[in-house]
Amino acid sequence: MRLINIKPSRPLAVFLMLLPFAAVVVAYAIGSEIRLAANPSDKLLPAPSTVWDTAVRLITEADRRSGRILFWHDTWASLQRLALGIGISAFIGLVFGLAIGLLPLMRSFLAQFVAVLSMIPPLALLPILFIVFGLGELSKVVLIVVGTLPFLIRDLSQRVIEVPQEMIVKAQTLGASSWVIALRVALPQLMPRLILAVRLSLGPAWLFLIAAEAIASDLGLGYRIFLVRRYLAMDVILTYVIWITLLAFLIDWALRWLSRRFFPWAEEGL
Amino acid sequence: MSFVTVQNIFQTYGRRSIIERVNMEADEGEFVSIVGASGCGKSTFLRLLLAQERPTRGEIRIAGAEPAREPGLDRGIVFQRYSVFPHMTVRENIVAGESFRSPWGRFFGAARTEAQTRADETLTRIGLDHVADQYPATLSGGMQQRLAIGQALTAKPRVLLLDEPFGALDPGTRLSMHDFLQDLRAETGMTVFMVTHDLEEAFKLGDRVLVFDKPRWDPHDPNLYGATITYDFDARDGGIPFQTIKEDTHVLHPA
Ligand SMILES: Nc1ncnc2c1ncn2[C@@H]1O[C@H](COP(=O)(O)OP(=O)(O)OP(=O)(O)O)[C@@H](O)[C@H]1O
Ligand SMILES: [Mg+2]
Repeated sequence: MRLINIKPSRPLAVFLMLLPFAAVVVAYAIGSEIRLAANPSDKLLPAPSTVWDTAVRLITEADRRSGRILFWHDTWASLQRLALGIGISAFIGLVFGLAIGLLPLMRSFLAQFVAVLSMIPPLALLPILFIVFGLGELSKVVLIVVGTLPFLIRDLSQRVIEVPQEMIVKAQTLGASSWVIALRVALPQLMPRLILAVRLSLGPAWLFLIAAEAIASDLGLGYRIFLVRRYLAMDVILTYVIWITLLAFLIDWALRWLSRRFFPWAEEGL
Repeated sequence: MSFVTVQNIFQTYGRRSIIERVNMEADEGEFVSIVGASGCGKSTFLRLLLAQERPTRGEIRIAGAEPAREPGLDRGIVFQRYSVFPHMTVRENIVAGESFRSPWGRFFGAARTEAQTRADETLTRIGLDHVADQYPATLSGGMQQRLAIGQALTAKPRVLLLDEPFGALDPGTRLSMHDFLQDLRAETGMTVFMVTHDLEEAFKLGDRVLVFDKPRWDPHDPNLYGATITYDFDARDGGIPFQTIKEDTHVLHPA
């Protein structure tokens, strides 16, 4: 039988899915074992049990100085920035995506401009953002917006253009104005695409968030990682990295659920 | 004055001539079938009738009005695909036929309930009442086309344009769609233009059958000349012409 036609059975599929995760954990455990055997005070690859103990301590014990559990405060601060940044970006992206996709005038006016804007490396703008918006929350949120917005606008306007011309014409024969076509034909068909585009933007959004927090902040997941880096606290860094990964995965999963729940007519993707 | 007047229409894309010198008139309530080889410009002609595009030369008038500049309520269309809105349920698709012309594209309160009641009546008539709450993607091809026709008719257009509406259907479904269309037409008496590749269908449904073809052909440059109407058959009375006596002849004939 050809390889392309061999499909795994359900148990095999689950096994295959878990395999790379298990492989990484085992490889880490072995590597850590070897290094600790050579030098018990090695800090680079702390034993899995050490990481676990650290994680439990971080999650449950309050900081001695401030009396707060910093882990949760960091998480909350970061998630707030992320949600605000992505939310603003998604809203502006939706409006401009609709306008550029539906209106030839707006397309001539803005499409090339957005294409050029999207070529600017957002991190190169970070110093400017810090100068203009200060070191507070605003510059971090703006960085996320600047970093994800051009992609969102380009992707969403492309999706609007891909709405079959037949449907747009059909709506016109039913007497719909441009506004009604945007509101009742293009927008609903765009919503699942918006969720997909946001899912794809979350990776870059985390990148920009952590970069901004690393440089100027006093709270946040990225800030904490770069702070403890000075003490080579690998156990703390690993805990935070795993936590960020888990958060990102959960957000992605929730968005996919949202899309399936509210837009059942849209075909399913990954 | 005829209802639809097509005057010396030319359409070229770049330097490709698609249709040229098309002249025709149709009376109100007439059913015009259009046939022709693939790629000869039938859909283009329909787009011009719809005012989705404007002709390079010539003009099309409906009911004597100025040539339309964009598609509107007076012309309805059913394409072969993508004619219904995938994000609306079957019922919402029918309601859209009435509500899209309102400022927000939807009805609120009592108007909404009334429109839904009317939509349910329409659905019963076109035999889709049992799937009113489903999305179009879950319907068969024939049901989707019935929905598309029902939706187009809800807007009460004066001219209905059909572009191979039954092209993708099996012969059985096609026959029942013919009955469906003939019933609707008898009820509404509207003017219909239908493009089809099925000659039998063209003659069965149409009062007239127009044939599009290229009368001139340059072997060195096939794009030089466009297609035009080469035949205009009378398709009433089963395609046998001169069955209705127009003059008052004083000859006794069966009533
Ligand atoms: N917007 C356009 N720009 C350039 N060429 C076009 C455009 N629309 C149609 N054509 C060309 O015009 C010709 C006629 O197309 P049209 O769709 O009208 O043919 P048709 O008779 O409907 O064919 P079919 O029976 O296959 O549907 C085709 O060769 C097509 O490539
Ligand atoms: Mg065609």
